[in-house]
Amino acid sequence: MKARVHVTLKNGVLDPQGKAIGHSLNRLGFPEVGDVRQGKYIELELAETDKAKAKARLEDMCKKLLANTVIENYSIELVG
Amino acid sequence: MKAAVLVFPGSNREGDVAQAIELVTGRRPTMVWHGDGDFEKVDLIVVPGGFSYGDYLRCGAMAAQSPVMAEVKKRAAQGVPVLGICNGFQIMTEAGLLPGTLMRNSHLKFVCADVHLKVETSQSLFTNRYQAGQVIKVPVAHAEGNYFADAETMKKLEDRGQIAFRYCSPEGAVDGPLGKGANPNGSSSNIAGVFNETKTVLGLMPHPENAVEPMFGGTDGKGLFEGMVEALS
Repeated sequence: MKARVHVTLKNGVLDPQGKAIGHSLNRLGFPEVGDVRQGKYIELELAETDKAKAKARLEDMCKKLLANTVIENYSIELVG
Repeated sequence: MKAAVLVFPGSNREGDVAQAIELVTGRRPTMVWHGDGDFEKVDLIVVPGGFSYGDYLRCGAMAAQSPVMAEVKKRAAQGVPVLGICNGFQIMTEAGLLPGTLMRNSHLKFVCADVHLKVETSQSLFTNRYQAGQVIKVPVAHAEGNYFADAETMKKLEDRGQIAFRYCSPEGAVDGPLGKGANPNGSSSNIAGVFNETKTVLGLMPHPENAVEPMFGGTDGKGLFEGMVEALS
């Protein structure tokens, strides 16, 4: 089974990289771009067929390593 | 005082801090490899600066899960003093030994410069050689030193006196504009270093180990090592 994990900064946490990206896009002729938030996308291959079990294990992985819950949120998506 | 300095793949200040410790104790610290789950009993554990595991995922995230850090967490819980410098500070927040986290500098640039720090308290085994309010000059070298914690944690840190050092002007003013002048990285409340609740664990971004010899830019960092020797010998 494949899993997709998105790690994003929590609301209220300043994202200077996202801001720099936004400014660059504005300068490049995309004035419609407002707030930009940058995050991480992680793809994992799992040797697990039970979706509920996989989800629980992924939660644990996110809390232990993939996300820093002081500043980041995570979302988990299971594919196939 | 018997000290151990941890070494991770990508550490690069372990030699500097070992040198500073040897300078004040006359005794070379034990170097402990990250894969070692156990090591000899020591009075102080130092987590040095560098780029452990290439800063993959987040600075310090991988190192925080290494076998040696599981042992460090155990010993810290027993009251063994732990000092984390720069990447060591990042590793310790990731390991949950210290509150908050270190984010990318607000101006997005690597900063390598001498900075001034205000010593917030002399009441700790790390800072007893300094006076509260004293200003010291030490270098910083980092791209992720922007201290962040949620409002509740920040209040706790202030209330319990867990802030060890703040970035300040040479005169000791800590109200400079964020990301500029006195604050080199955008840190919340100008925080450069924090203690755990019992003040037996200290993490700081600046490098006191690089300010111990007059030939290399001053000796203001030496007091930290001398203070620890006094407290732990």
